[in-house]
Amino acid sequence: MGQSLSLPRNSSPKSSPTLEEIRPPSLGRRLQDFLALIWASPTAMVGLIIVLIWVILAVFAPQISHYTPYEQDYTQINKPPSSQHLLGTDHLGRDVLARLLFGARTILLLGPASVLVAFLAGIALGLPAGYYGGWIDETIMRVLDAFMAFPTILLYMIIISALGPSALNVVIAIAIGGTPGIARLVRALTMDIRTREYVAAAKLRGDSDAVIMLREILPNCRGPLIVDFLMRVGYAAFYIGTLGFLGLGLPPPTPDWGGMVQEGHTRMTVNLWPVLTATLSIISLVIGLNLFADGLREESMRYQ
Amino acid sequence: MEDNLPILAVQNLAVSYKTRKRIVDAVRDVSFEIWRGENLGLVGESGCGKSTVAYSIVNFLGANGFIRQGEILFRGQSLRNRTENELRRLRGAEISMVYQEPMSALNPTMRIQDQMAETLMTHRGLTKKDAYEQVLDALKRVYMPDAEGTMRRYPHQLSGGQQQRVLIAMALLNNPSLLIMDEPTTALDVTVEAAVLDLIAELQAQYQTATLYISHNMGVVARVSHKIAVMYAGEIVELADAGEIFHRPLHPYTMGLMRCLPDVDAPKGTRRLVPIPGRVPSPHQLPQGCIFSPRCEFAQDQCFHDHPVQEEIQPRHYVRCWRASEWVHGTLGSECLEEELEPCPERWDENPPRLLRLERVKVYYPVPFQTVGGYFGLEKRRYVHAADGVDFHIQRGRTLGIVGESGCGKSTVARAIVGLEPLYDGKIEFIGLDISVPVQKRSLEIIQKMQMVFQDPNSVLNPSYCVGDQIAFTLRRFRTVSKGQIQEEVGRLLRAVKLDESYYYRMPRQLSGGEKQRIGIARAIASQPALLICDEPVSALDVSVQAAVLNLLLEIQNSQNTTMILISHDLSAVRFFSDEVAVMYLGKIVEIGPCEAIYTPPHHPYTAALLAAVPRPNPELKVSHVRLSGRVPSAVNPPAGCRFHTRCPFKVGEICDREEPPGRDFGGGHRIVCHLSPDELYRITP
Repeated sequence: MGQSLSLPRNSSPKSSPTLEEIRPPSLGRRLQDFLALIWASPTAMVGLIIVLIWVILAVFAPQISHYTPYEQDYTQINKPPSSQHLLGTDHLGRDVLARLLFGARTILLLGPASVLVAFLAGIALGLPAGYYGGWIDETIMRVLDAFMAFPTILLYMIIISALGPSALNVVIAIAIGGTPGIARLVRALTMDIRTREYVAAAKLRGDSDAVIMLREILPNCRGPLIVDFLMRVGYAAFYIGTLGFLGLGLPPPTPDWGGMVQEGHTRMTVNLWPVLTATLSIISLVIGLNLFADGLREESMRYQ
Repeated sequence: MEDNLPILAVQNLAVSYKTRKRIVDAVRDVSFEIWRGENLGLVGESGCGKSTVAYSIVNFLGANGFIRQGEILFRGQSLRNRTENELRRLRGAEISMVYQEPMSALNPTMRIQDQMAETLMTHRGLTKKDAYEQVLDALKRVYMPDAEGTMRRYPHQLSGGQQQRVLIAMALLNNPSLLIMDEPTTALDVTVEAAVLDLIAELQAQYQTATLYISHNMGVVARVSHKIAVMYAGEIVELADAGEIFHRPLHPYTMGLMRCLPDVDAPKGTRRLVPIPGRVPSPHQLPQGCIFSPRCEFAQDQCFHDHPVQEEIQPRHYVRCWRASEWVHGTLGSECLEEELEPCPERWDENPPRLLRLERVKVYYPVPFQTVGGYFGLEKRRYVHAADGVDFHIQRGRTLGIVGESGCGKSTVARAIVGLEPLYDGKIEFIGLDISVPVQKRSLEIIQKMQMVFQDPNSVLNPSYCVGDQIAFTLRRFRTVSKGQIQEEVGRLLRAVKLDESYYYRMPRQLSGGEKQRIGIARAIASQPALLICDEPVSALDVSVQAAVLNLLLEIQNSQNTTMILISHDLSAVRFFSDEVAVMYLGKIVEIGPCEAIYTPPHHPYTAALLAAVPRPNPELKVSHVRLSGRVPSAVNPPAGCRFHTRCPFKVGEICDREEPPGRDFGGGHRIVCHLSPDELYRITP
């Protein structure tokens, strides 16, 4: 009887580790977990590959292309693909491939930059709106509703017409256009999370409202926000293209996919290549980002 | 009817689920039989596979679940490999199911009569008129008050207890031969639960339906079941008649379950809860040998290597344990189960100073305006009277338990004390200081001296930070220790809640419910509070874990002389834990006094009803019949006079409707707020 109680358990009791042995999980470990998530979703994987291809092409653009996007060669105007110019030349004799690659740099820089600005503004407005509620919420959200009432593209046109076309102004326009939607999302998440008990625990620690919003609430919004960010970068790429096509994008001769379509579409019957390649580029990048975001959302929600 | 066959026979059933990483065997080698007129109780902690067994019978396993092995025989015929159509016919006509959440089991867009009649019209081809008649009959069978009126209502217009009655009536409509009930009373308040259990037991005796009753609560199955099967980690470890299970359990897990339940009939300090060490293994990493061996105090070498088979140790008593026969033959006596009860140190002086005092505390929540005019002062502001004039005080080192059904305002009072809810009126005094302001306006010293343990283990910790950091936040904020000692102090706190330093970098998602709750306690005691308010600290935990957390809280109180307020709907836990008890109903305290005085006569009628409703793990115990009818009135328009008069079984007369009842003192601080005379109050027995 007593003997049975003193028999060793199946696993020898592990001596509890000392503080020095206990380390937080390494960055590599966390990255591995994240990759496992993407690996599990074919959708996210395909999206990520498409996006990564564009990122690599953009980064190594000078190495891949023999030409700069600005060199004009009047002997080679509107030429179809050849061994010298892999995707042909445009109406000013510039290499289409070079303009595409450098255009990717523009869009991959401006897209995330503008969405990032929109996120900073959206979080700054959405967090207090959702956390405090009441008249603060009403004031912030009604103003943002007014912005949302404008059709997006019209809003962009108004802003850029007022400020003039430039890279900075494109960023400003897309940031302003995206802010209300992001603020709404952050507000909804905040309203949910502020009722959690760990928020009450933070209040009972005497933490200030700012600390509670930034330390307790914001980090727990990150899942939906990351997915929304990727989606919005896709939309931003699309809108930068549209603005370029409307002549409100980057001023020429900056390589810009939307601008390429705009310049090329009148000469489409003569030379399809600049329009076709630029359009396909926009489509593939937007689809890639959307697939990645969708797959990520689905996979992260599947086993909850 | 073939009476020589069981209605349901499950043989060596194994059910698995496919998940992203692997195939998980949720249920293994489960066998049992249910005969006509029999009620089999399937008990076990969460995640042990009870519901999976039920769902596999009706083939509701979902897209990723499948029966890997075994046979399910319904009246001798296999239910496996039936077509969806055959199964649907069976489910409608022969097998019925009652689910846990009545609100989500009823279709909110259909009137009660239509959803109930649907079953009859589909499966028996009745006309609408005939079907309605039968529906009315069925509702009367379950004693639905105002059955005609109820038929025409929508689900949201019924209370939880009424909804569950509708579901039971619906399940009985086609006189099924097998009824499966999956935790039908878990979502209900105790008083409602008691009434529904009465009903189930009565219908059972009347209609002789074979029933599979699933519950995590030993007390509940003791009320309704004839046979009980105890499940652990996907296997049935013990199966026997109810009386046998409760009086002569033969499996260590069953014994453990009994010992970790607080007993509503035992005063504080007379019993210690003996928690089961460790945690339920997850189904993809089961231990070798007996699945209970890592947590079993009687495990021998054999238990760690060989998987025990289910044996009929005694007639009709099946156990899956290598040492079960030793229990029967007395070579393994039950005396080694008894732990020495350490004498509880007399930890307070007779009249300690008063720590906290509430005076006419009122917390009202404004109801949103019904019309636009409200915003321009055209509509009278209406309020939810969540707490309506609450008075009490606590002395240093004592524990006050606050009990009551959901919605009685007990949590509101707790949140008002710590300052999470603004007061509408009244005064709160703490160490002689007026603290009637919200937490944002209190000084850091006051905040530090008052901490709270929360209810929901899933939202008590911030999922974004490791647990050590969350405890460290509190230490940094109050500067309880110097910067360099923070990590060391976190380690000490983790050990104080029976965890160790290795938990520092764990994320909340890697912890079990009980562990999360311990971290929550560690975070609360990190600031060395004088007053700890525990809002339903164990109600979301499994019984074996509840005991450990309750013991832990008691230990903290003993070692640090912390004053505590325990908010709970569980009268057993409150009795185990408290020195004084307050009973709340609809925002008011109806009875308050020393713990023993509350649990012995005289009783307030509401207290008596609560006590009568507690499910006790003893099938022979005679149940009393102080039962409450009706539903808790709305706190927006609380009833005039005595708030309890709409449901009181001992109503005096008109005076209860009109006048606020007087408080009657019974000495020692025991006070009952009721119109009944002291003599009559003495005669009320639960």
